[in-house]
Amino acid sequence: MDPATEPIKAVKLRHPIRTALAVVILLLVVLFVWDAATREAYQWPLVGQYLLDRRISQAALITLALTIFAMVLAIVMGLLLAVMRLSDNPVLKAVSWAYLWLFRGTPVYVQLVFWGLLGTIYRSVSVGVPFTDIEFFTVSPFEAIDLFWLAVLGLAFNEAAYMAEIVRGGILSVPRGQDEAARALGMSWRQTMLRIVVPQSMRVIIPPTGNEVISMLKTTSLVTALGFSLELYARTRAISAQIYATVPLLIVASIWYLLVTSILMVGQHYLEKYYGRGVAPQRAPETDPVETGSVATVAGTPETGDSNTVPPPKREHQ
Amino acid sequence: MTDVPMVHADHIVKSYGTHEVLKDISVTVKRGEVACLIGPSGSGKSTFLRCINHLEAINGGRLSVDGDLIGYRQRGDKLYEMSPSEVSKQRADIGMVFQSFNLFPHMTVLENIIEAPTRVKGIKKADAVATAYELLERVGLAHKAKVYPAHLSGGQQQRIAIARALAMSPKLMLFDEPTSALDPELVGEVLDVMKGLAESGMTMIVVTHEIGFAREVGDSLFFMDGGVIVESGDPRDVLNNPKHQRTQSFLSKVL
Repeated sequence: MDPATEPIKAVKLRHPIRTALAVVILLLVVLFVWDAATREAYQWPLVGQYLLDRRISQAALITLALTIFAMVLAIVMGLLLAVMRLSDNPVLKAVSWAYLWLFRGTPVYVQLVFWGLLGTIYRSVSVGVPFTDIEFFTVSPFEAIDLFWLAVLGLAFNEAAYMAEIVRGGILSVPRGQDEAARALGMSWRQTMLRIVVPQSMRVIIPPTGNEVISMLKTTSLVTALGFSLELYARTRAISAQIYATVPLLIVASIWYLLVTSILMVGQHYLEKYYGRGVAPQRAPETDPVETGSVATVAGTPETGDSNTVPPPKREHQ
Repeated sequence: MTDVPMVHADHIVKSYGTHEVLKDISVTVKRGEVACLIGPSGSGKSTFLRCINHLEAINGGRLSVDGDLIGYRQRGDKLYEMSPSEVSKQRADIGMVFQSFNLFPHMTVLENIIEAPTRVKGIKKADAVATAYELLERVGLAHKAKVYPAHLSGGQQQRIAIARALAMSPKLMLFDEPTSALDPELVGEVLDVMKGLAESGMTMIVVTHEIGFAREVGDSLFFMDGGVIVESGDPRDVLNNPKHQRTQSFLSKVL
Protein backbone atom coordinates (compact mmCIF):
# COMPACT_ATOMS: atom_id res chain seq x y z
CA MET A 1 0.00 0.00 0.00
CA ASP A 2 1.08 3.53 -0.65
CA PRO A 3 2.51 4.83 2.66
CA ALA A 4 0.93 8.23 1.99
CA THR A 5 -2.62 6.91 2.15
CA GLU A 6 -2.07 4.49 5.02
CA PRO A 7 -3.47 5.72 8.36
CA ILE A 8 -0.70 6.53 10.83
CA LYS A 9 -0.11 4.05 13.61
CA ALA A 10 2.13 5.65 16.18
CA VAL A 11 2.76 5.30 19.90
CA LYS A 12 0.74 8.01 21.65
CA LEU A 13 2.71 10.72 23.40
CA ARG A 14 2.58 10.16 27.15
CA HIS A 15 1.76 12.90 29.67
CA PRO A 16 3.22 11.68 32.98
CA ILE A 17 2.65 14.97 34.84
CA ARG A 18 -1.00 15.09 33.81
CA THR A 19 -1.54 11.56 35.00
CA ALA A 20 0.18 12.19 38.30
CA LEU A 21 -1.82 15.37 38.88
CA ALA A 22 -5.07 13.57 38.17
CA VAL A 23 -4.21 10.83 40.63
CA VAL A 24 -3.34 13.31 43.37
CA ILE A 25 -6.52 15.34 42.86
CA LEU A 26 -8.68 12.25 42.72
CA LEU A 27 -7.13 11.05 45.95
CA LEU A 28 -7.80 14.38 47.67
CA VAL A 29 -11.41 14.37 46.49
CA VAL A 30 -11.98 10.84 47.73
CA LEU A 31 -10.45 11.75 51.06
CA PHE A 32 -12.63 14.81 51.39
CA VAL A 33 -15.81 13.00 50.42
CA TRP A 34 -15.04 10.13 52.77
CA ASP A 35 -14.36 12.55 55.58
CA ALA A 36 -17.47 14.58 54.87
CA ALA A 37 -19.65 11.51 54.68
CA THR A 38 -18.54 10.31 58.07
CA ARG A 39 -18.25 13.64 59.85
CA GLU A 40 -20.85 14.18 62.57
CA ALA A 41 -21.16 17.96 62.08
CA TYR A 42 -22.77 17.58 58.66
CA GLN A 43 -25.63 15.57 60.16
CA TRP A 44 -26.46 13.86 56.91
CA PRO A 45 -29.60 12.16 58.26
CA LEU A 46 -31.05 15.63 58.87
CA VAL A 47 -30.10 16.68 55.34
CA GLY A 48 -32.04 13.72 54.00
CA GLN A 49 -34.95 14.47 56.25
CA TYR A 50 -35.31 18.14 55.29
CA LEU A 51 -34.26 18.00 51.64
CA LEU A 52 -37.76 17.13 50.51
CA ASP A 53 -39.53 18.96 53.32
CA ARG A 54 -42.63 20.67 51.93
CA ARG A 55 -41.83 23.97 53.56
CA ILE A 56 -38.46 24.04 51.87
CA SER A 57 -39.59 22.96 48.42
CA GLN A 58 -42.29 25.63 48.61
CA ALA A 59 -39.69 28.19 49.62
CA ALA A 60 -37.60 27.13 46.63
CA LEU A 61 -40.62 27.73 44.44
CA ILE A 62 -41.07 31.19 45.93
CA THR A 63 -37.38 31.90 45.32
CA LEU A 64 -37.80 30.86 41.71
CA ALA A 65 -40.89 33.06 41.40
CA LEU A 66 -39.01 36.03 42.89
CA THR A 67 -36.19 35.43 40.42
CA ILE A 68 -38.42 35.17 37.39
CA PHE A 69 -40.70 38.12 38.19
CA ALA A 70 -37.77 40.34 39.15
CA MET A 71 -35.80 39.37 36.04
CA VAL A 72 -38.71 39.89 33.65
CA LEU A 73 -39.35 43.33 35.10
CA ALA A 74 -35.63 44.10 35.10
CA ILE A 75 -35.27 43.10 31.45
CA VAL A 76 -38.20 45.30 30.40
CA MET A 77 -36.87 48.21 32.44
CA GLY A 78 -33.33 47.58 31.21
CA LEU A 79 -34.48 47.60 27.61
CA LEU A 80 -36.30 50.86 28.22
CA LEU A 81 -33.29 52.43 29.96
CA ALA A 82 -30.94 51.27 27.19
CA VAL A 83 -33.16 52.68 24.47
CA MET A 84 -33.47 55.94 26.44
CA ARG A 85 -29.70 56.09 26.75
CA LEU A 86 -29.26 55.61 23.01
CA SER A 87 -32.03 57.99 21.95
CA ASP A 88 -31.45 61.49 20.59
CA ASN A 89 -33.49 62.98 23.38
CA PRO A 90 -31.06 64.57 25.88
CA VAL A 91 -33.64 64.48 28.68
CA LEU A 92 -34.19 60.73 28.38
CA LYS A 93 -30.43 60.23 28.13
CA ALA A 94 -29.83 62.10 31.35
CA VAL A 95 -32.60 60.27 33.20
CA SER A 96 -31.20 56.91 32.14
CA TRP A 97 -27.68 57.93 33.15
CA ALA A 98 -28.83 59.13 36.57
CA TYR A 99 -30.76 55.93 37.18
CA LEU A 100 -27.70 53.82 36.44
CA TRP A 101 -25.54 56.03 38.60
CA LEU A 102 -27.86 55.67 41.56
CA PHE A 103 -28.72 51.98 41.39
CA ARG A 104 -25.28 50.73 40.39
CA GLY A 105 -23.58 52.95 42.89
CA THR A 106 -25.31 51.61 45.98
CA PRO A 107 -25.29 48.04 47.35
CA VAL A 108 -28.39 46.00 46.63
CA TYR A 109 -28.66 45.12 50.32
CA VAL A 110 -28.88 48.79 51.26
CA GLN A 111 -31.47 49.34 48.53
CA LEU A 112 -33.56 46.47 49.83
CA VAL A 113 -33.49 47.89 53.36
CA PHE A 114 -34.70 51.17 51.90
CA TRP A 115 -37.53 49.41 50.07
CA GLY A 116 -38.54 47.86 53.39
CA LEU A 117 -38.63 51.29 54.98
CA LEU A 118 -40.57 53.02 52.22
CA GLY A 119 -43.79 52.32 54.08
CA THR A 120 -42.52 54.27 57.07
CA ILE A 121 -40.92 57.04 55.04
CA TYR A 122 -44.00 57.60 52.88
CA ARG A 123 -46.78 56.87 55.32
CA SER A 124 -49.18 58.82 53.22
CA VAL A 125 -48.96 60.62 49.94
CA SER A 126 -51.32 63.49 49.23
CA VAL A 127 -52.16 64.67 45.77
CA GLY A 128 -53.12 68.31 45.58
CA VAL A 129 -51.91 71.75 44.58
CA PRO A 130 -48.49 72.48 46.11
CA PHE A 131 -48.19 75.34 48.65
CA THR A 132 -51.96 75.45 49.18
CA ASP A 133 -54.40 73.53 51.32
CA ILE A 134 -56.16 72.06 48.34
CA GLU A 135 -55.95 68.29 48.45
CA PHE A 136 -57.57 65.84 46.07
CA PHE A 137 -56.84 62.55 47.80
CA THR A 138 -54.42 60.84 50.15
CA VAL A 139 -53.07 57.31 49.82
CA SER A 140 -50.69 55.07 51.68
CA PRO A 141 -48.91 53.60 48.69
CA PHE A 142 -46.72 51.01 50.36
CA GLU A 143 -49.16 49.71 52.90
CA ALA A 144 -51.15 47.83 50.32
CA ILE A 145 -48.19 46.22 48.58
CA ASP A 146 -47.50 42.64 49.52
CA LEU A 147 -43.95 42.07 50.76
CA PHE A 148 -43.39 39.58 47.94
CA TRP A 149 -44.04 42.23 45.31
CA LEU A 150 -42.00 44.78 47.22
CA ALA A 151 -39.12 42.29 47.08
CA VAL A 152 -39.68 41.83 43.34
CA LEU A 153 -39.59 45.61 42.85
CA GLY A 154 -36.49 46.01 45.00
CA LEU A 155 -34.60 43.31 43.13
CA ALA A 156 -35.82 44.45 39.71
CA PHE A 157 -34.94 48.12 40.20
CA ASN A 158 -31.39 47.18 41.09
CA GLU A 159 -31.05 44.62 38.33
CA ALA A 160 -32.51 46.96 35.69
CA ALA A 161 -29.38 49.11 35.92
CA TYR A 162 -27.18 46.16 35.02
CA MET A 163 -29.57 44.89 32.36
CA ALA A 164 -29.57 48.35 30.77
CA GLU A 165 -25.82 48.11 30.20
CA ILE A 166 -26.10 44.58 28.83
CA VAL A 167 -28.88 45.58 26.45
CA ARG A 168 -27.03 48.71 25.38
CA GLY A 169 -23.96 46.65 24.57
CA GLY A 170 -26.13 44.27 22.58
CA ILE A 171 -27.80 47.03 20.60
CA LEU A 172 -24.46 48.66 19.84
CA SER A 173 -23.13 45.31 18.61
CA VAL A 174 -25.57 45.32 15.68
CA PRO A 175 -23.82 46.82 12.64
CA ARG A 176 -25.00 50.29 11.63
CA GLY A 177 -25.78 49.01 8.16
CA GLN A 178 -28.69 47.00 9.56
CA ASP A 179 -30.32 50.10 10.94
CA GLU A 180 -29.68 51.99 7.69
CA ALA A 181 -31.05 49.19 5.53
CA ALA A 182 -34.24 49.08 7.59
CA ARG A 183 -34.71 52.84 7.49
CA ALA A 184 -33.96 52.94 3.77
CA LEU A 185 -36.85 50.50 3.34
CA GLY A 186 -39.14 53.02 5.05
CA MET A 187 -39.35 51.25 8.39
CA SER A 188 -40.00 53.48 11.37
CA TRP A 189 -37.62 53.78 14.30
CA ARG A 190 -39.85 51.50 16.34
CA GLN A 191 -40.12 48.86 13.64
CA THR A 192 -36.39 49.02 13.05
CA MET A 193 -35.71 48.52 16.75
CA LEU A 194 -38.26 45.78 17.37
CA ARG A 195 -37.88 43.81 14.15
CA ILE A 196 -34.27 44.32 13.14
CA VAL A 197 -31.98 45.62 15.86
CA VAL A 198 -33.28 44.03 19.07
CA PRO A 199 -33.66 40.48 17.67
CA GLN A 200 -30.08 40.61 16.41
CA SER A 201 -28.78 42.03 19.66
CA MET A 202 -30.34 39.08 21.53
CA ARG A 203 -27.43 36.88 20.54
CA VAL A 204 -25.13 39.20 22.45
CA ILE A 205 -27.60 39.95 25.24
CA ILE A 206 -28.61 36.43 26.23
CA PRO A 207 -25.38 34.90 27.55
CA PRO A 208 -24.73 37.68 30.10
CA THR A 209 -28.45 37.79 30.92
CA GLY A 210 -28.28 34.10 31.76
CA ASN A 211 -25.55 34.92 34.21
CA GLU A 212 -27.70 37.69 35.64
CA VAL A 213 -30.61 35.27 36.15
CA ILE A 214 -28.40 32.90 38.08
CA SER A 215 -26.95 35.79 40.03
CA MET A 216 -30.48 37.03 40.73
CA LEU A 217 -31.48 33.61 42.04
CA LYS A 218 -28.79 33.96 44.65
CA THR A 219 -29.47 37.63 45.36
CA THR A 220 -33.02 36.70 46.39
CA SER A 221 -31.45 35.43 49.61
CA LEU A 222 -30.97 39.08 50.58
CA VAL A 223 -34.63 40.04 50.57
CA THR A 224 -34.89 39.38 54.30
CA ALA A 225 -33.46 42.91 54.38
CA LEU A 226 -36.92 44.26 53.61
CA GLY A 227 -38.71 41.78 55.82
CA PHE A 228 -39.72 39.07 53.38
CA SER A 229 -38.95 35.69 54.89
CA LEU A 230 -40.67 33.05 52.77
CA GLU A 231 -37.86 32.43 50.26
CA LEU A 232 -35.43 29.55 50.41
CA TYR A 233 -32.63 30.98 52.49
CA ALA A 234 -34.75 32.66 55.14
CA ARG A 235 -36.95 29.58 55.40
CA THR A 236 -34.03 27.18 55.93
CA ARG A 237 -32.53 29.58 58.47
CA ALA A 238 -35.82 29.67 60.33
CA ILE A 239 -36.05 25.89 60.42
CA SER A 240 -32.45 25.52 61.52
CA ALA A 241 -33.13 27.92 64.37
CA GLN A 242 -36.06 25.75 65.49
CA ILE A 243 -34.12 22.51 65.49
CA TYR A 244 -30.73 23.91 66.47
CA ALA A 245 -28.98 22.57 63.38
CA THR A 246 -27.32 25.05 61.08
CA VAL A 247 -25.05 23.07 58.80
CA PRO A 248 -27.45 20.43 57.45
CA LEU A 249 -30.00 23.06 56.45
CA LEU A 250 -27.35 25.14 54.74
CA ILE A 251 -26.55 22.04 52.73
CA VAL A 252 -30.23 21.57 51.95
CA ALA A 253 -30.47 25.19 50.76
CA SER A 254 -27.34 24.81 48.64
CA ILE A 255 -28.66 21.67 46.98
CA TRP A 256 -31.87 23.47 46.05
CA TYR A 257 -30.01 26.51 44.74
CA LEU A 258 -27.82 24.23 42.64
CA LEU A 259 -30.83 22.36 41.32
CA VAL A 260 -32.63 25.52 40.22
CA THR A 261 -29.45 26.98 38.74
CA SER A 262 -28.94 23.83 36.69
CA ILE A 263 -32.47 24.02 35.33
CA LEU A 264 -31.96 27.67 34.39
CA MET A 265 -28.72 26.82 32.60
CA VAL A 266 -30.53 24.32 30.40
CA GLY A 267 -33.10 26.97 29.49
CA GLN A 268 -30.33 29.42 28.66
CA HIS A 269 -28.73 26.91 26.33
CA TYR A 270 -31.87 26.58 24.24
CA LEU A 271 -32.48 30.34 24.13
CA GLU A 272 -28.94 30.92 22.89
CA LYS A 273 -29.44 28.33 20.21
CA TYR A 274 -32.68 29.98 19.07
CA TYR A 275 -31.26 33.47 18.79
CA GLY A 276 -28.08 32.25 17.14
CA ARG A 277 -30.04 31.22 14.05
CA GLY A 278 -28.87 32.60 10.77
CA VAL A 279 -25.61 33.74 12.32
CA ALA A 280 -23.50 30.65 12.75
CA PRO A 281 -24.37 28.70 9.63
CA GLN A 282 -25.21 25.12 10.43
CA ARG A 283 -23.85 23.93 7.14
CA ALA A 284 -22.92 25.47 3.88
CA PRO A 285 -25.47 24.28 1.34
CA GLU A 286 -24.03 22.68 -1.74
CA THR A 287 -23.13 25.18 -4.34
CA ASP A 288 -25.09 24.94 -7.50
CA PRO A 289 -22.74 24.44 -10.36
CA VAL A 290 -25.38 25.62 -12.81
CA GLU A 291 -26.61 28.82 -11.37
CA THR A 292 -27.81 31.74 -13.41
CA GLY A 293 -26.29 30.31 -16.48
CA SER A 294 -23.89 33.21 -16.60
CA VAL A 295 -21.25 32.91 -13.95
CA ALA A 296 -20.42 29.77 -12.04
CA THR A 297 -20.54 30.96 -8.48
CA VAL A 298 -18.67 29.48 -5.63
CA ALA A 299 -20.56 30.22 -2.45
CA GLY A 300 -18.12 31.60 0.04
CA THR A 301 -19.96 30.11 2.96
CA PRO A 302 -17.99 28.85 5.90
CA GLU A 303 -18.26 25.17 6.63
CA THR A 304 -18.82 25.01 10.33
CA GLY A 305 -21.21 23.40 12.75
CA ASP A 306 -23.57 20.50 12.32
CA SER A 307 -25.88 19.74 9.46
CA ASN A 308 -29.55 19.01 8.81
CA THR A 309 -31.16 22.40 9.33
CA VAL A 310 -30.94 23.66 5.81
CA PRO A 311 -32.85 21.73 3.18
CA PRO A 312 -30.63 20.74 0.27
CA PRO A 313 -31.10 23.26 -2.51
CA LYS A 314 -32.99 22.21 -5.56
CA ARG A 315 -30.99 22.09 -8.72
CA GLU A 316 -32.19 24.59 -11.15
CA HIS A 317 -31.29 24.56 -14.80
CA GLN A 318 -31.98 27.54 -16.91
CA MET B 1 -46.40 65.72 -15.18
CA THR B 2 -43.90 63.35 -16.69
CA ASP B 3 -41.54 66.20 -17.43
CA VAL B 4 -40.79 66.57 -13.72
CA PRO B 5 -37.31 65.08 -13.25
CA MET B 6 -37.08 62.07 -10.94
CA VAL B 7 -34.22 63.60 -8.98
CA HIS B 8 -33.46 67.27 -8.93
CA ALA B 9 -30.54 68.32 -6.78
CA ASP B 10 -30.00 72.04 -6.73
CA HIS B 11 -26.78 73.44 -5.24
CA ILE B 12 -26.53 70.79 -2.50
CA VAL B 13 -24.19 71.45 0.41
CA LYS B 14 -23.41 68.89 3.07
CA SER B 15 -20.92 69.32 5.87
CA TYR B 16 -19.92 67.53 9.02
CA GLY B 17 -18.98 70.26 11.44
CA THR B 18 -16.59 72.48 9.52
CA HIS B 19 -15.72 69.79 6.99
CA GLU B 20 -17.61 70.36 3.77
CA VAL B 21 -18.20 67.02 2.05
CA LEU B 22 -20.48 68.27 -0.71
CA LYS B 23 -19.94 71.71 -2.15
CA ASP B 24 -22.62 72.96 -4.48
CA ILE B 25 -23.75 69.75 -6.18
CA SER B 26 -26.38 70.11 -8.90
CA VAL B 27 -27.67 66.99 -10.58
CA THR B 28 -30.80 66.25 -12.56
CA VAL B 29 -31.86 62.70 -13.31
CA LYS B 30 -34.79 62.19 -15.63
CA ARG B 31 -37.40 59.49 -15.35
CA GLY B 32 -36.11 56.14 -16.59
CA GLU B 33 -32.55 57.37 -16.74
CA VAL B 34 -29.51 55.55 -15.40
CA ALA B 35 -27.07 58.02 -13.86
CA CYS B 36 -23.63 56.83 -12.83
CA LEU B 37 -21.49 58.58 -10.25
CA ILE B 38 -17.78 57.89 -10.37
CA GLY B 39 -14.83 59.39 -8.60
CA PRO B 40 -12.08 58.66 -6.10
CA SER B 41 -13.01 57.55 -2.59
CA GLY B 42 -13.78 60.44 -0.30
CA SER B 43 -15.07 62.49 -3.22
CA GLY B 44 -18.55 62.63 -1.64
CA LYS B 45 -20.41 60.43 -4.12
CA SER B 46 -21.75 58.03 -1.47
CA THR B 47 -22.69 60.93 0.77
CA PHE B 48 -24.63 62.50 -2.05
CA LEU B 49 -26.47 59.24 -2.66
CA ARG B 50 -27.37 59.00 1.03
CA CYS B 51 -28.73 62.53 0.94
CA ILE B 52 -31.24 61.50 -1.71
CA ASN B 53 -33.15 59.29 0.74
CA HIS B 54 -32.35 61.51 3.69
CA LEU B 55 -30.06 59.05 5.45
CA GLU B 56 -27.98 62.20 5.60
CA ALA B 57 -29.59 65.61 5.96
CA ILE B 58 -28.37 68.30 3.61
CA ASN B 59 -27.19 71.66 4.93
CA GLY B 60 -27.86 73.71 1.86
CA GLY B 61 -29.62 73.71 -1.48
CA ARG B 62 -32.81 71.93 -2.46
CA LEU B 63 -33.23 68.24 -3.20
CA SER B 64 -36.41 66.83 -4.62
CA VAL B 65 -37.47 63.40 -5.79
CA ASP B 66 -40.38 63.20 -8.22
CA GLY B 67 -41.14 66.84 -7.53
CA ASP B 68 -41.28 66.52 -3.74
CA LEU B 69 -38.65 68.05 -1.47
CA ILE B 70 -36.84 65.37 0.55
CA GLY B 71 -36.86 65.74 4.33
CA TYR B 72 -38.42 69.19 4.30
CA ARG B 73 -41.67 70.88 3.47
CA GLN B 74 -41.78 74.32 2.01
CA ARG B 75 -44.48 76.83 2.87
CA GLY B 76 -43.88 80.26 1.41
CA ASP B 77 -40.13 80.63 1.60
CA LYS B 78 -39.88 78.83 4.93
CA LEU B 79 -38.62 75.27 5.24
CA TYR B 80 -40.07 72.95 7.86
CA GLU B 81 -38.39 69.75 8.97
CA MET B 82 -40.47 66.68 8.27
CA SER B 83 -41.50 64.29 11.02
CA PRO B 84 -39.78 60.88 11.11
CA SER B 85 -42.93 59.17 9.83
CA GLU B 86 -43.11 61.49 6.81
CA VAL B 87 -39.45 60.83 6.06
CA SER B 88 -40.09 57.09 6.32
CA LYS B 89 -42.93 57.42 3.85
CA GLN B 90 -40.61 59.13 1.37
CA ARG B 91 -37.95 56.48 1.85
CA ALA B 92 -40.43 53.70 1.16
CA ASP B 93 -40.56 54.87 -2.46
CA ILE B 94 -36.80 55.00 -2.89
CA GLY B 95 -34.92 51.71 -3.02
CA MET B 96 -31.36 51.52 -1.84
CA VAL B 97 -28.70 48.87 -2.31
CA PHE B 98 -25.62 49.01 -0.13
CA GLN B 99 -22.01 48.06 -0.67
CA SER B 100 -22.17 45.58 2.23
CA PHE B 101 -25.60 44.16 1.22
CA ASN B 102 -27.02 44.65 4.75
CA LEU B 103 -29.43 41.74 4.51
CA PHE B 104 -31.08 40.96 7.84
CA PRO B 105 -29.10 37.92 9.01
CA HIS B 106 -31.77 36.65 11.42
CA MET B 107 -34.35 36.32 8.65
CA THR B 108 -34.53 33.99 5.70
CA VAL B 109 -34.28 35.38 2.20
CA LEU B 110 -38.05 35.36 1.86
CA GLU B 111 -38.56 37.05 5.23
CA ASN B 112 -36.01 39.69 4.25
CA ILE B 113 -37.99 40.51 1.14
CA ILE B 114 -41.51 40.58 2.62
CA GLU B 115 -40.58 42.40 5.84
CA ALA B 116 -40.97 45.97 4.59
CA PRO B 117 -43.89 45.40 2.18
CA THR B 118 -45.99 43.79 4.93
CA ARG B 119 -44.92 46.03 7.84
CA VAL B 120 -44.53 49.37 6.08
CA LYS B 121 -47.01 49.16 3.23
CA GLY B 122 -49.45 46.81 4.93
CA ILE B 123 -49.54 44.42 1.99
CA LYS B 124 -51.15 41.04 2.77
CA LYS B 125 -48.59 38.38 3.51
CA ALA B 126 -49.75 36.03 0.74
CA ASP B 127 -49.49 38.81 -1.84
CA ALA B 128 -46.08 39.87 -0.56
CA VAL B 129 -44.84 36.28 -0.77
CA ALA B 130 -46.10 35.96 -4.34
CA THR B 131 -44.32 39.18 -5.32
CA ALA B 132 -41.20 38.04 -3.51
CA TYR B 133 -41.07 34.83 -5.54
CA GLU B 134 -41.50 36.80 -8.77
CA LEU B 135 -38.60 39.03 -7.79
CA LEU B 136 -36.47 36.08 -6.73
CA GLU B 137 -37.16 34.52 -10.11
CA ARG B 138 -36.05 37.75 -11.71
CA VAL B 139 -32.70 37.73 -9.89
CA GLY B 140 -32.34 33.99 -10.49
CA LEU B 141 -32.55 32.87 -6.87
CA ALA B 142 -36.06 31.48 -6.37
CA HIS B 143 -34.59 28.27 -4.95
CA LYS B 144 -32.93 30.19 -2.12
CA ALA B 145 -36.10 31.59 -0.57
CA LYS B 146 -35.91 29.59 2.65
CA VAL B 147 -32.17 30.02 3.20
CA TYR B 148 -30.50 32.38 5.66
CA PRO B 149 -28.24 35.06 4.11
CA ALA B 150 -25.12 33.62 5.75
CA HIS B 151 -25.42 30.61 3.45
CA LEU B 152 -25.23 32.73 0.30
CA SER B 153 -22.26 34.06 -1.63
CA GLY B 154 -21.70 37.79 -1.79
CA GLY B 155 -23.11 37.99 -5.29
CA GLN B 156 -26.23 36.09 -4.28
CA GLN B 157 -26.67 38.29 -1.21
CA GLN B 158 -26.46 41.43 -3.30
CA ARG B 159 -29.03 40.09 -5.77
CA ILE B 160 -31.34 39.35 -2.83
CA ALA B 161 -30.74 42.88 -1.55
CA ILE B 162 -31.81 44.22 -4.93
CA ALA B 163 -34.94 42.04 -4.84
CA ARG B 164 -35.67 43.29 -1.32
CA ALA B 165 -35.48 46.91 -2.46
CA LEU B 166 -37.64 46.19 -5.52
CA ALA B 167 -40.31 44.57 -3.34
CA MET B 168 -41.34 48.05 -2.22
CA SER B 169 -42.00 48.97 -5.88
CA PRO B 170 -39.76 52.03 -5.67
CA LYS B 171 -39.82 54.76 -8.28
CA LEU B 172 -36.08 55.25 -7.90
CA MET B 173 -33.22 52.92 -7.08
CA LEU B 174 -29.98 54.04 -5.46
CA PHE B 175 -26.92 51.81 -5.68
CA ASP B 176 -24.02 52.56 -3.36
CA GLU B 177 -21.01 50.74 -4.83
CA PRO B 178 -23.01 47.54 -5.16
CA THR B 179 -20.13 45.42 -6.45
CA SER B 180 -17.20 46.85 -4.49
CA ALA B 181 -17.38 44.22 -1.72
CA LEU B 182 -17.58 41.31 -4.15
CA ASP B 183 -15.00 38.85 -5.35
CA PRO B 184 -14.19 39.67 -8.99
CA GLU B 185 -15.91 36.56 -10.35
CA LEU B 186 -19.18 37.50 -8.61
CA VAL B 187 -19.40 41.03 -9.99
CA GLY B 188 -20.91 39.98 -13.30
CA GLU B 189 -24.04 38.36 -11.89
CA VAL B 190 -24.95 41.52 -9.96
CA LEU B 191 -24.27 43.80 -12.91
CA ASP B 192 -26.45 41.54 -15.06
CA VAL B 193 -29.37 42.02 -12.69
CA MET B 194 -28.81 45.77 -12.68
CA LYS B 195 -28.65 45.84 -16.46
CA GLY B 196 -31.98 44.02 -16.64
CA LEU B 197 -33.44 46.51 -14.22
CA ALA B 198 -32.20 49.43 -16.30
CA GLU B 199 -33.73 47.89 -19.42
CA SER B 200 -37.08 47.60 -17.65
CA GLY B 201 -37.11 51.39 -17.35
CA MET B 202 -36.20 51.85 -13.70
CA THR B 203 -34.65 55.17 -12.79
CA MET B 204 -31.30 54.41 -11.21
CA ILE B 205 -28.45 56.32 -9.62
CA VAL B 206 -25.38 54.16 -9.38
CA VAL B 207 -22.22 54.99 -7.46
CA THR B 208 -19.71 52.63 -8.98
CA HIS B 209 -16.16 51.84 -9.92
CA GLU B 210 -17.36 49.67 -12.82
CA ILE B 211 -16.45 51.89 -15.72
CA GLY B 212 -17.62 49.25 -18.18
CA PHE B 213 -21.10 49.26 -16.64
CA ALA B 214 -21.24 53.06 -16.77
CA ARG B 215 -20.23 53.04 -20.41
CA GLU B 216 -22.67 50.32 -21.43
CA VAL B 217 -25.74 51.03 -19.32
CA GLY B 218 -25.40 54.63 -18.15
CA ASP B 219 -27.41 57.43 -19.73
CA SER B 220 -25.42 60.06 -17.91
CA LEU B 221 -22.18 60.14 -16.00
CA PHE B 222 -21.01 62.42 -13.23
CA PHE B 223 -17.38 62.52 -12.18
CA MET B 224 -17.02 63.81 -8.63
CA ASP B 225 -13.90 64.87 -6.79
CA GLY B 226 -13.45 66.85 -3.60
CA GLY B 227 -17.18 67.34 -3.10
CA VAL B 228 -17.86 68.89 -6.48
CA ILE B 229 -18.95 67.55 -9.85
CA VAL B 230 -15.92 68.02 -12.01
CA GLU B 231 -17.36 66.78 -15.26
CA SER B 232 -20.63 65.29 -16.47
CA GLY B 233 -22.38 64.28 -19.63
CA ASP B 234 -22.94 61.27 -21.83
CA PRO B 235 -20.82 58.41 -20.40
CA ARG B 236 -19.29 57.59 -23.78
CA ASP B 237 -18.17 61.21 -24.30
CA VAL B 238 -16.82 61.69 -20.80
CA LEU B 239 -15.02 58.36 -20.72
CA ASN B 240 -13.57 58.62 -24.19
CA ASN B 241 -12.71 62.32 -24.19
CA PRO B 242 -12.42 63.56 -20.64
CA LYS B 243 -12.04 67.32 -20.80
CA HIS B 244 -10.90 67.97 -17.30
CA GLN B 245 -7.41 67.09 -16.18
CA ARG B 246 -8.65 65.48 -12.92
CA THR B 247 -11.03 63.26 -14.84
CA GLN B 248 -8.23 62.26 -17.15
CA SER B 249 -5.89 61.29 -14.34
CA PHE B 250 -8.64 59.37 -12.49
CA LEU B 251 -9.66 57.45 -15.59
CA SER B 252 -6.08 56.65 -16.48
CA LYS B 253 -5.79 54.92 -13.11
CA VAL B 254 -9.00 52.88 -13.20
CA LEU B 255 -9.19 51.94 -16.87
